[in-house]
Amino acid sequence: MLNIPLKDHFRETRIFGSRLTIMAGFVVLVMLVLLGRMLYLQVVHHKHYETRARANQISPIPVPPVRGWILDRNGIVLAQNYPAYTLEVIPEQVKDMAATLAHVGKLVSLSEADLKLFNKQRRARPGFESLPLRTNLTEEEAARIAINRPHLQGVELHARLQRYYPLGGLGIHLNGYVGRINEEEVGAIGRSGKHADYRGTLHIGKLGIEQYYESLLLGRVGVERRETNARGRSLHVVEREAPKAGENLYLNIDARMQAAAEQMLRGKRGAVVAMDPNSGAILTFASMPTYDPNPFVNGIDQSSYDALLENPDKPLINRALNGQYPPGSTIKPFMALAALESGKIGGEDSVTCRGVFRLAGEPRPYRDWKKSGHGKIDLHESIVQSCDIYYYRAAVTLGIDFIHTFLSGLGFGQATGIDLKGESIGLVPSREWRKARGETWYLGETVVTGIGQGPTLVTPLQLANSVSILANGGRLMQPRLMYARENPVTRERRYSQFAYKQLFTEEHKPRLDAIAAAMTDVVHGEKGTARRIGWNAPYRIAGKTGTAQVKSIAIGEVYDAEKMAEFERDHALFIAFAPVENPRIAIAVIVENAGHGSSAAAPIARKLMDYYLLPEKMPPLNNATVVASPPNE
Amino acid sequence: MNDLKRFVGRIRYDRPLMIALLGFALISFIVLYSASGKNLSVVGTQAIRLILAYVVMLFIAQIRPDTFVRYSPHFYAAGLVLLVVVLVVGVIGKGAQRWISLGGFNLQPSELMKLAVPMVVAWWLARDGLPPTLRNIAISAVLIVVPVLLIIKQPDLGTAVLILASGLIVIFLAGLSWRVITMLFLAAAAAMPLIWTTLHDYQRQRVISFLNPESDPLGAGYHSIQSMIAVGSGGFFGKGWLDSSQAHLGYLPESKTDFIFAVFAEEFGLMGTLVLFAMYLFVIGRGMYIAYNAQDAYSRLLAGSLTLTFFLYFFVNIGMVTGILPVVGVPLPLISHGGSSLVTLMAAFGILMSIQTHRRILQQ
Repeated sequence: MLNIPLKDHFRETRIFGSRLTIMAGFVVLVMLVLLGRMLYLQVVHHKHYETRARANQISPIPVPPVRGWILDRNGIVLAQNYPAYTLEVIPEQVKDMAATLAHVGKLVSLSEADLKLFNKQRRARPGFESLPLRTNLTEEEAARIAINRPHLQGVELHARLQRYYPLGGLGIHLNGYVGRINEEEVGAIGRSGKHADYRGTLHIGKLGIEQYYESLLLGRVGVERRETNARGRSLHVVEREAPKAGENLYLNIDARMQAAAEQMLRGKRGAVVAMDPNSGAILTFASMPTYDPNPFVNGIDQSSYDALLENPDKPLINRALNGQYPPGSTIKPFMALAALESGKIGGEDSVTCRGVFRLAGEPRPYRDWKKSGHGKIDLHESIVQSCDIYYYRAAVTLGIDFIHTFLSGLGFGQATGIDLKGESIGLVPSREWRKARGETWYLGETVVTGIGQGPTLVTPLQLANSVSILANGGRLMQPRLMYARENPVTRERRYSQFAYKQLFTEEHKPRLDAIAAAMTDVVHGEKGTARRIGWNAPYRIAGKTGTAQVKSIAIGEVYDAEKMAEFERDHALFIAFAPVENPRIAIAVIVENAGHGSSAAAPIARKLMDYYLLPEKMPPLNNATVVASPPNE
Repeated sequence: MNDLKRFVGRIRYDRPLMIALLGFALISFIVLYSASGKNLSVVGTQAIRLILAYVVMLFIAQIRPDTFVRYSPHFYAAGLVLLVVVLVVGVIGKGAQRWISLGGFNLQPSELMKLAVPMVVAWWLARDGLPPTLRNIAISAVLIVVPVLLIIKQPDLGTAVLILASGLIVIFLAGLSWRVITMLFLAAAAAMPLIWTTLHDYQRQRVISFLNPESDPLGAGYHSIQSMIAVGSGGFFGKGWLDSSQAHLGYLPESKTDFIFAVFAEEFGLMGTLVLFAMYLFVIGRGMYIAYNAQDAYSRLLAGSLTLTFFLYFFVNIGMVTGILPVVGVPLPLISHGGSSLVTLMAAFGILMSIQTHRRILQQ
């Protein structure tokens, strides 16, 4: 027995024997557990796993729908799709990301921005999701990738339809743009139960029409049932349920007028809203400066975005929708209407204007823009010559409560209900508004409210909509950008329904006519403040100029002293409609820090009215794709 | 001719074990052919490895058990050195340093340790007789834990746990008192949170996905779900040989190695599984029989430990494939496609055969 000593041999055997028996029991027990598990999987739940095995082999692959086009009223394309090769990477399937990116970089050009964007998304998204690395590959680049595909695991070449805005920044503030769906939107989509609709879709409307009519533009996702292996290699298509393309949207916008409006505001900051006062159709919706939406589609790089953010002209701000300006003298026609409707002031009641107005018992003078005064002024002349003293007095007579109620009724301080999200509502001040802020209303504020200064704020859209009331016989319209939606297959169109609120009955017509007559003399009268745009007009225009004082501007910080002076200059405003006898267009123009409405804003309105009313004068649009109807994709 | 006959006739082997092992080899070829997508070269390399493994096994079977006893500490020490070497200069494979490259042949020191640890513990405990003293148990514990820690460092959690188990089994079989066992269990339970914090991220992920595989069906839980689908869809009679859709369409990961049982269960169903389990039970039973009839404490402890470790490999692999244990990289013994682990396994059977066939000589 060599070096194995003879100890208590019997005891050793006994201990070992009992321990081995315990182990044998353990083995049998575990064997029974395993057998039980096998029974559970292979017999009890066999059906379940059989179904899952089959589902594994036939996997449903979503086929994203074609997004609807956006076109202007004449079929000029504002947003379309074009097939583009996109290079996408599924991070999970890539063994060595640095090496793969280096390899791809040798085959196609990858910019610093491409890589930055890719890495940003990589951090934010789950690894099994396909992320775009490069978009818009050339045919040659696509071919190079295709040849090298066996060496590029996890890198995929997709021919996807890509959103494209052929006119660039034209109408950006109404079109908006699509961008890649972000985390927040994924959450929102999930909560609204639309998760399935977005399978296979990478983009969603972020702003403007693209955002407001997302559900119409999106279409319905299709499904392809493909036999695939685990690596997603498709073996063949078993069944296909075609996607339903999104609807094409025709807008009321005339792209040529839009372009003209933007052209006239180029180099300035401002907004133009033109609409058909009888239908609420928005003809022009311009906000300047603009910016190119195309880089936003697949995610703009940070430095370009920062440049837009830091631009002192704030191109990202939608001035037509969100610019809130003091209305200045453009409020006067509405104040005049308020005076007539109140019954406290008649059209023939006159005031002698000596250039200064004082409240009883207050030393502070409220001055007219014309130092010498306008002399004897009635309601008609108060609009024509834009007399401030008349309105100081009228405002005090009417009282802030009446003014608030009346202007609110005309749509000021209210949402217009336009088909865009996030419109600003402006402000019509009131005692309650002051009280809510823990302050008291002073009579002096009522005085300046009379000439559209003080806390009153309006948006260009509201101004255009409210001037339409004077043009259309007393209807507050709901402005509409969309003209019609079109089924891309059947070409069947459904037209937008126009909605309005009738504010004034037939018996109020003479009062509205009196205001219109005064506004006509603003343009065509000898003393009219906008007579320079009226003398050669082949149709008659009713208008009102305005100049809004800028005390503190809400446009952010400006560092340049020279610019500072510019930003403190007055805003120029002009509202108008034409032809007076049968108004077809109402318009509001605001040019920031441009001085007088008559010189800076009115000529823009005149040009646009010419284009609209005298079609032969409409300038053609360069570089535009015009289609009678979008091709069926 | 007669000389050859005489030579073959003098080769010592255990006939029941031999027959069972040959049966396993046959099953391995059949399943590998299917799992590899009818790739004969995969079956071929397995056959070559198997022949090598049989040679190793038969060679070891000829060695007298007292030789194992004598060289147990040396073998253990050599394994320990190699483990350190592999950590320092080991080739990086799959992000883990596990083997030493020896001119086309990869040596995994952890494979040596699968044998060396139970051998050295059996050697140490058998020297002073059974049941072991507390001091000897403590020393055995050190002998076990040092290589285990080195292997965890590689990191190869599955192998480390199994080597730990093989050593503990020796101590248990040696007659570790129940009081100590209870205390150890309590200590282990208390140490769980500590162990958790030292795990690698991917190791933790495996445990999490084991507890709830559907939590991330495309990520860490993927292997588990796909293999359960394969097993479950096999049903009672299976889909038939070469008809495993899960493996052939590429859903099953590691279908030739760790998850080969899923292929087997999908193709041969519960019927095939019963046959396979019976074969394992037979081999384990035979191993325990050999251990019970062994003539000295060392042989008993070693044979018992090797047999039960073999069972643990089987259990961990099947448990992993059927989703009752987390996914650890443990191949199915005797069936999976694999090099050094197959050789180790057959070497263990060589030791069992040696213990069994040298009995009478020692008795004389």
